[in-house]
Amino acid sequence: MALLEIKNLHANVAGKEILRGIDLTVGAGEMHAIMGPNGSGKSTLAQVLAGRDLYEVTGGQVLYDGKDLLSMPPEQRAQEGIFMAFQYPVEIPGVSNMYFLKAALNTIRKSRGLEELDAMDFLTMVKEKLALVEMDPAFLNRPVNAGFSGGEKKRNEIFQMAVLEPRLAILDETDSGLDIDALKIVANGVNGLRTEDRAMIVVTHYQRLLNYIVPDYVHVLADGRIVKTGDKNLALELEQTGYAGVEEAVTA
Amino acid sequence: MTGITSIRQDAARRFAELGFPTTRDEEWRFTNVSSIAKTQFSAAPSDLNAREVAQFDQSLSPNEGGPRLVFINGRYSPELSTQKLPRGIRATPLREANGAVEAHLARYAAYQDRAFVALNTANFDDGACIEIPKGTVVEEPIHLVFLATGGEVPVISHPRSLVVIGPGSQATVVESYLGHGAKYFTNAVTEIVAGDHSVVDHYKLQEEDERSFHVATLQVQIGRDANFSTHSISLGGGGLVRNDINAVLAEGSEATVNGLYLASGSQHIDNHTAIDHAKPHGTSHELYKGILGGTSAAVFNGKIIVRPDAQKTDAKQTNRNLVLSENATIHTKPELQIHANDVRCTHGATIGQLDQEAIFYLQSRGIAKEQARDLLMHAFARDVIDRVKVVSLRARLEQILLERLHALRN
Repeated sequence: MALLEIKNLHANVAGKEILRGIDLTVGAGEMHAIMGPNGSGKSTLAQVLAGRDLYEVTGGQVLYDGKDLLSMPPEQRAQEGIFMAFQYPVEIPGVSNMYFLKAALNTIRKSRGLEELDAMDFLTMVKEKLALVEMDPAFLNRPVNAGFSGGEKKRNEIFQMAVLEPRLAILDETDSGLDIDALKIVANGVNGLRTEDRAMIVVTHYQRLLNYIVPDYVHVLADGRIVKTGDKNLALELEQTGYAGVEEAVTA
Repeated sequence: MTGITSIRQDAARRFAELGFPTTRDEEWRFTNVSSIAKTQFSAAPSDLNAREVAQFDQSLSPNEGGPRLVFINGRYSPELSTQKLPRGIRATPLREANGAVEAHLARYAAYQDRAFVALNTANFDDGACIEIPKGTVVEEPIHLVFLATGGEVPVISHPRSLVVIGPGSQATVVESYLGHGAKYFTNAVTEIVAGDHSVVDHYKLQEEDERSFHVATLQVQIGRDANFSTHSISLGGGGLVRNDINAVLAEGSEATVNGLYLASGSQHIDNHTAIDHAKPHGTSHELYKGILGGTSAAVFNGKIIVRPDAQKTDAKQTNRNLVLSENATIHTKPELQIHANDVRCTHGATIGQLDQEAIFYLQSRGIAKEQARDLLMHAFARDVIDRVKVVSLRARLEQILLERLHALRN
């Protein structure tokens, strides 16, 4: 059984149809890249999967591990093992990274019938994970994303993913705004988290990230539909031709 | 010098002239005290039955350390008080005090234009008198606890405190106002004299019954190069609450005036502060934060006066409000009166809702929506609580805050 099955998904934002019939199947251990021009619906798809209520699903179905994903509130999705790395991570002044992550991890563990981690075990574990994205432990005491640089915010997303160990990770434009050094750190972090039973969907506008994170499948999204699917070479092809060709193919 | 007796007679005469303020009075525009004016209050009994004492004893934290003076309906209670002060320091009931009392009592809190101060000055029965001689460091906080009880009929009490800290001395004073029972009215006045070069930290915790009225005035004279701080915390107690803080700064002195208010249900909480920079090189920092739910209302009025003499004044004022309900109201107003030209004064006020993006972010990490809201409110409020230096008090405030957040969930 596929981990994620999206069938003919339609979604609106503020009355405007953005997703116009998405079909996508993701199996455990697979890495999918979703590419497409601005406004094609890439981020909307990511947000709908995470459960953001700004988007109204008007048709279709999403099965996650055989369960109806769309009927779950966002926190339940996270507890079931879905993680979205935000394109624009939110700043939460007054809440330390440490406190936030501990609350998140223990809520998720509890929902799975696991014991909460005590402070010592938690600290040992997070320090290990911090190394994955080359972050200083001092960062644990800083408020969530407040005053972080763009690169730090993105690294923080990957760090959270490492701590929460999702089964399905959706990375929404995690490469945007990163210089090449930060991009490599983020990509290394992501690659370090690839496992046989963890699936990932990488949403990106540029092929650049895919030089470092090599996908099994590449999908091209245009005008709310997946118009083309291929392997990693499709991304290179797009780099040459640009999205114009794809968009013409849609309108034709 | 005019004696205290004639001051009190004059205050009584003045209150008879002033009467209770109305909303036509600029200082009381958003706080209607007609429910106080219309109530026939009796003097509160100052003795409690054993059950009431036990009830209060539980709410008094035993682990605070330091001396504790407890007053029941404004009258000193030796049974509930503990005294273990270092030599030379006096913490006595006002009724038994002498010395500083004659020179300082009722000399600072002006009553000519303040009806509630006049009412207190004319009617107070007892209160705390703390005197710390010059050059003395008192490490443990001195706790003043004011317990109020409402009975069958509405009752009134007028707690009065005088704190005189000598030059170069250091002390911490914590005032707690607690209450149980139906309608009662606490009308408190506290005068603090912080001597030259002294360091004084003051905290006021208001935990009155939700049906009560609470009006309190804090008058502070801050000496030359002295450092004074006050934190005024209202975490959901009191039906109608009005706090006035008036601080007068001498040359080179520093004042920190912070506050936190949580209002739910139909509570009304009004904070009026006036920071008076009378002399040069004074610094003041002010941060008030509030969370409002239900049909509650809050008022923040922050006056900063910079007198012509007070060059090089540096004053900063911030008021932030988190409004959780469409039916809650906040009136926030900075009032800057600047009469000197070489000064720095900044002020800012914000009114906002809980950040929906942040709630979703937390949810997307597995945290339930209600818990996410609590977490954000807690983060907003603890900004003020984190500044409380008394460890036991900060822990207690944290605890109360967590308990009170659920009342704000509507």
